[in-house]
Amino acid sequence: MNLYGVRAIYLFEMARMWRTLMQSLASPILTTSLYFVVFGAAIGSRMGEIDGISYASFIVPGLLMLSLLGESISNASFGIYFPKFSGSIYELLSAPVSPIEIVVGYVGAAATKSVILGLLILATARLFVDYEIMHPVWMVTFLLLTATTFSLFGFVIGLWADDFQKLQIIPMMVIMPLTFLGGAFYSINMLPPFWQKVTLFNPVVYLVSGFRWSFYGVADVNVVVSVAMIFVFMLICLSAIWWIFKSGYRLKS
Amino acid sequence: MESVISIKNLNKTYGTGLRALNNINLDIRRGEIFALLGPNGAGKTTLISVICGIVTPSGGTVLVDGHDILSDFRAARSKIGLVPQELANAPFESVLATLKFSRGLFGKPDNPAIIEKLLRDLSLWDKRHEKIMALSGGMKRRVLIAKALVHEPEILFLDEPTAGVDVELRHDMWDMVRDLRANGVTIILTTHYIDEAEEMADRIGVINNGEIGVVEDKTVLMNKLGKKQLTLTLQQPLSNIPNELTNYPLTLSADGNCLTYTFDVHQEHTGIPELLRKLGKHDIDFKDLHSSESSLEDIFVSLVKDKS
Repeated sequence: MNLYGVRAIYLFEMARMWRTLMQSLASPILTTSLYFVVFGAAIGSRMGEIDGISYASFIVPGLLMLSLLGESISNASFGIYFPKFSGSIYELLSAPVSPIEIVVGYVGAAATKSVILGLLILATARLFVDYEIMHPVWMVTFLLLTATTFSLFGFVIGLWADDFQKLQIIPMMVIMPLTFLGGAFYSINMLPPFWQKVTLFNPVVYLVSGFRWSFYGVADVNVVVSVAMIFVFMLICLSAIWWIFKSGYRLKS
Repeated sequence: MESVISIKNLNKTYGTGLRALNNINLDIRRGEIFALLGPNGAGKTTLISVICGIVTPSGGTVLVDGHDILSDFRAARSKIGLVPQELANAPFESVLATLKFSRGLFGKPDNPAIIEKLLRDLSLWDKRHEKIMALSGGMKRRVLIAKALVHEPEILFLDEPTAGVDVELRHDMWDMVRDLRANGVTIILTTHYIDEAEEMADRIGVINNGEIGVVEDKTVLMNKLGKKQLTLTLQQPLSNIPNELTNYPLTLSADGNCLTYTFDVHQEHTGIPELLRKLGKHDIDFKDLHSSESSLEDIFVSLVKDKS
C-alpha cells in the first residue's frame, strides 16, 4: 500500500479546493441560499405543510442533496479529467500507485469537499428556516454515503469524458432532471399514482427520502430501501471503475 | 555487465492495428547512458511508455532491476523517473506543489532538502512559488525533469529531452545527465539529434518500424561503420576514370571536377599514396584535397535506409 501516494493525491486535490474557494464553496452556498429565499421564504409561505412539516423546512434536506450530488460529481469528474486533458496523467500512470489508491485519493478528496459543503449549506439554511435533525447519526451516514457514491460516479464520468462537453453533459442532462424530479421540492405522494410508480425508478428519490427521514422521521419510501439503493449504486460505480482500470479504457492505449 | 532493464520479445499492437513494437529484445546496462535513435514514429516513445507503465504491452516481458513491470509494478515503477516528450504539466499548480505531489506519488515522504537542492540545480528555486503556466517553455521542461528526479530514481528516461530547447538549457541538461550518471543513475534517452547521442551516449540502439536494428557501443558503432573519404578537386575536368584506376573505389562527380575515394579507416593500408602516384602517372593534377569521416548521422541514415 502506497500511503504516501494516496496522501499526495488527496492533499493535491484538497489544495485545489482551497485555491478555488469561491467556486468550490461560495457559489453552491449562494445558489442554495437563493433556493431558500425563493422556495422557502417567498413561495413557501403560501404553501401548506407537507407531512406536518412547513414547506420551507421540508425542502432543506432535498436542497442539500441537490447540491451534494452536483458538487460531488463535478469535483470528482474534474479532478481526474483535468490531468487527462493537460497530459499530466502520464505521471499517475507511471507511478507505483494501484487503481484502488488512485480512487481513494481522488474520490476521498471529492467526497470530503462535498461533505464540508453539505455542512456549510446546513449552517446557511439555519439563517433562513428552522429545522430539526431527528437522527443525527443517520443524517451523517447519508451525507457520507451519498458524497462518496456520487463522487465515485463523477470519477467514472471524468474517466469516460474525452472533451469538456462530455464532462458537462451527464450532470446537465441526467443528474439535473433526476434531482428536480427526485422529490427535493415535493413529496412523491403528491404525484398522481402513475407518476408515483415511474418516480420509483429514479435513484435520487431514495436519497432524498432517506435523508429527509433522518431530519423529520418521515419518508416517501422505506429508509432501509433507501440505504440499500445507495449501496447498489455505489457497487455499480465501483464495478465501472474496476472495469476501466482493468481494460485501460480511455486511460491507456 | 549487469543489466538493469531486460526486455524480452516485447510486442505492442495498438487497437488501430498499428504494430508499434515488433519483438523487441534489449538489455540496458546498469549505470550507462543509452541513446535510442530513430525517426519519427519508429516506436521510441511507445517502448518507453511500455516500460514506464503508460502503455500496456501486447506480449513479452520487461524486468526493471529484476521486477516484472506488470506483476511487480510497484517495485519496478518506483525505480524509474520519466521526463515525457510533451510539456505535460498541471498549469495552475506552483512548482513546489507539483514536486511535493510527485515525490509523494512515488511513495516517498516529503523531503524539503532534496526538493530545494533539485530546484537550485535546475535554476528553478526562484520560481518555486510561481504557477507553472507562468513559466517559459524551457522552465516548464526543467520542472518536468525535477518531477522525474524528485523521488531519487535509479533509472531516468528522457524522451526527446532537448526538443525545442535553447542551446544553454541543452548544455545544462547534458551536464546534468553526466552528473547523474556519475552518481550511478542509468539514463535512457531518445533523440532526433545525432550529435546529442554522439556527445552523450555510451551505447546506441537504433529503432525503426518498431524493430531494434543495431545496438552497439558508440565508439564501436562509429568505428565499424565509419568510412573516410578523400576528395580531390582536379585542375582539369575528367571525362571518365582511366581504365587502370577502375579497380579503386573511385567516383567522379557529374561535372568531372571532383574525384572521391572511399576507404576504410581501420585498414592498415589506406592505398592513398599508391593512388596519388597513379594519378600522377596519368597526369591528373589536383588543386585541392580533403578527407572527411562519416558522422553518426550518416551512419544512422544508412542504417535506417537499409532497414526500410
